[in-house]
Amino acid sequence: MDVYRKGAWMMITEHRNVIIIGGGPAGLAAACALYDKGVKDILILEREPRLGGILNQCIHDGFGLSRFGETLSGPEYAGRFIEAVRQRKIDYITECTVINLDNNKCVTAAAQDGLKKYQADAVILTMGCRERPRGGLAIPGDRPSGVFTAGVAQSYMNLHNTMVGKKAVILGSGDIGMIMARRLTLEGAKVEAVFEILPYPSGLPRNIEQCLNDYGIPLYLSHTVTRINGKARLSSVTVSEVGRDMKPIKGTEKEWPCDTLILSVGLIPENELSLQAGVVLDGRTKGAIVDENGMTSVPGIFAAGNVLHVHDLVDFVSLEAEKLAEGVSAYLQDAGEGNQKTCAIDIQTDETIGYTVPQKVSGKKDVTVSFRPKFPSQNRVFEVYQGDRLLTRKTVRKAIPAVMLHIDIPAEKFVSEETVRVVSHEE
Amino acid sequence: MQHFDIIIIGAGVVGSAAARELSRYKLKTGVLEKTPDVCCGTSARNSGVIHAGFNNKPGSKMARFCVEGNAGFDKIAGELDIPFRRTGKLVVGFSSDDKERLIAMKTQGEKNGVPGLKMVDKDFIRQIAPNVKGEFALWSGSTGICSPFEFTLAMAENAAANGTEFFFDSEVTDIRWDGKNYSITAGGKEFTSRWIVNCAGLGSDRISSMLGIDGYTIHPCKGEYFILDKKAGPLLPVPAYPVPNPKEGGLGIHLTPTIDGNILVGPSNEYLNDSDDYACEQDVMDMLIADGSRIFPHLKREYFIRNFAGIRPKLTTKEEGGYHDFVIERRAEAPHAVNLVGIESPGLTSSVPISKEIVRLIQEEEKLSLRDDFDPIRHRITTFADKSPEEQAGLIADDPDYGEIVCRCETITKAEVLAAIHNPLGVHTVTGIKYRCRAMMGRCQGGYCQTRIAELIMRETGCSREEIVYGKDDSWMFTGKVRG
Repeated sequence: MDVYRKGAWMMITEHRNVIIIGGGPAGLAAACALYDKGVKDILILEREPRLGGILNQCIHDGFGLSRFGETLSGPEYAGRFIEAVRQRKIDYITECTVINLDNNKCVTAAAQDGLKKYQADAVILTMGCRERPRGGLAIPGDRPSGVFTAGVAQSYMNLHNTMVGKKAVILGSGDIGMIMARRLTLEGAKVEAVFEILPYPSGLPRNIEQCLNDYGIPLYLSHTVTRINGKARLSSVTVSEVGRDMKPIKGTEKEWPCDTLILSVGLIPENELSLQAGVVLDGRTKGAIVDENGMTSVPGIFAAGNVLHVHDLVDFVSLEAEKLAEGVSAYLQDAGEGNQKTCAIDIQTDETIGYTVPQKVSGKKDVTVSFRPKFPSQNRVFEVYQGDRLLTRKTVRKAIPAVMLHIDIPAEKFVSEETVRVVSHEE
Repeated sequence: MQHFDIIIIGAGVVGSAAARELSRYKLKTGVLEKTPDVCCGTSARNSGVIHAGFNNKPGSKMARFCVEGNAGFDKIAGELDIPFRRTGKLVVGFSSDDKERLIAMKTQGEKNGVPGLKMVDKDFIRQIAPNVKGEFALWSGSTGICSPFEFTLAMAENAAANGTEFFFDSEVTDIRWDGKNYSITAGGKEFTSRWIVNCAGLGSDRISSMLGIDGYTIHPCKGEYFILDKKAGPLLPVPAYPVPNPKEGGLGIHLTPTIDGNILVGPSNEYLNDSDDYACEQDVMDMLIADGSRIFPHLKREYFIRNFAGIRPKLTTKEEGGYHDFVIERRAEAPHAVNLVGIESPGLTSSVPISKEIVRLIQEEEKLSLRDDFDPIRHRITTFADKSPEEQAGLIADDPDYGEIVCRCETITKAEVLAAIHNPLGVHTVTGIKYRCRAMMGRCQGGYCQTRIAELIMRETGCSREEIVYGKDDSWMFTGKVRG
């Protein structure tokens, strides 16, 4: 351990095989999978008092359906992985915030018992994501109290036993916004409506059903909040219809009295540490550009989960993090098969697809590419090309941006070092 | 009923500077502020620029105090332990008209005694600020930047440490003169005082009338801003201004780096009927980005983190335009009052010289004697983020709360948040804590730390969920517990 003496403050650097930054679902799953691959010298650094990440405040159920075949609450889902970490006696430190990461995999973290410095052979980034605040949308109007992002409201209610308001309006039909609509209703608040700027919902269909329809909360598509009113506490919001160009239509303004506005307007991967280390980000995902091994542009630094791209289901976060284990252990063992370098073949998309993860492949391994369509469509054919050669295709009955899609490309399909393209068209 | 030698009305930058300056003397001084904290109005909501003084008419109080305030800023920043950087400033031009006006500004500045002014070419601009557009510019070497709220807070804290009493939530509603003393009603409380200093900013016309001085009308003029993410900060090392339109009475939409590393875009110029209208408007926000992009084409949406507005207490109407000089006066109608009206830009820069002028005006009537125990030194909260790893380790060793990061965007520790909560002025609003330690000022705008800070405020002060307020009175945060 590091030693700090008053007046001397000598910092001793501790060596670790693998440092995992963030003890949420991605970090926990990566740790267990790595351990099972034989990498035992792992340390998870978590800034909260307990492991589990954002799942700890997600007291609703619906987690784990694809992973465990049953529906669990957030803390229950996290609990299974925390238990797995404990069984394996994997080291972790809570209430320990990483404040610096460099491209040499040197990690500095702050905790009540001192500033810690680690030299890792490999670093796994699993810091999750944060919410887009009001300022990110630049919503006009006053600056009263009573404007909360959905996650902050959820934290107040579920972790701090604190009620945020009586009469709420929700902007954005993201999953957390809809879940908070139900949560507020269950605790006695009146949720007037959910407004979504897009012509289709952002969240999962099951949440529209279970969180809005079941409680008679109306969802207005192609509507947005165009003004926040109230000098001290929020008194109302002005809502406008938006046109095809996503711009508010003059003359459609309507005032909705409320004391609380919940913003569910997007999640942004939290990559401040990644940037410090020189990791190259993808402008579309706001997460790192990674290859099929989950390795970023900085060799030895890997990423998985919501820090890489925002997922719809935690089950896929766990899966993505577990898949990382193979690449990390190969990197550590340096099998001499190019595992020390980020793969070279780019994956590109056409304008119908938001992004892919990974963004780079070797062409030597089976790979599953995750991607999101840019708009809802039916009977859509997704195809993967290398040059003009079709590698694989998949038809999806109902494709929506809220649901991530996956397509497998077997190793033997790759024909060259050429760029891979993922495209789609109507059937 | 409390009796004072001097009561200052308003705890903005001028009121706080006056409080500090007067606390050098053997006087019992009180400050009455209508909001729950110092620096809740114009003083907090501006570009944070310590101006050089070339925008003001030669011979005016504005010119004199601005140049004097700029020259003395290193000293006051040192005494108050506040960050201050002489960045210099570019006023960029494109046309031959612009050039003429810049040369006229330079001449005016030189008349005012502004040091370090020169006309520079495109190469110079490119060297100093590669991302700033402009064919040529006026370079002002003495311009600097500071945190306007920390500057104000620091002066108020130093005044309080030297014995000045601050009364918040104390809006003055009545002033009476009995031939010897003033009686003042404020926030439902009664005060008496031999002297009154009117530093009420946007309310200075109202206080003037209460003092029996008629004829002043403040014309509130809003200026809206965007705040950009620190990610954009390195793109702009120095403030970059356009050539101002002299008719407008503002300095034009400019780009200013903040002392903390963000960038401000603004301010607009909107005359209002309501001096409490801090709302941001869509058309103005669009205009800020369009106008700002002319000299700084990096105003990307992903950099937006917050919008805010400030209000200038102008003595000129929209039709008149331009600037009216600071009013700093003693009048026969109000024998024991120093009356300040229309202290707008460059009020921040001029605040310390203005405070000395206030003392001079009082001394015309009565001799004030200096205290021998005045301590000009104030220490800011020791920050963690800007220290070396060794120093950080030392801070944690001394106080383990330095090892707990509360605000991740700005790397603000629990020790700093606790110090902010236990501030010398006893302010416990959420925004009050934000101004004092920068927690919640980063790109997530409190998404991670606001819940923790609310909990710390409640725990440390014993206030309940229902009692905690965001900023203004009645800006309640919570309705109570969810359960139990």
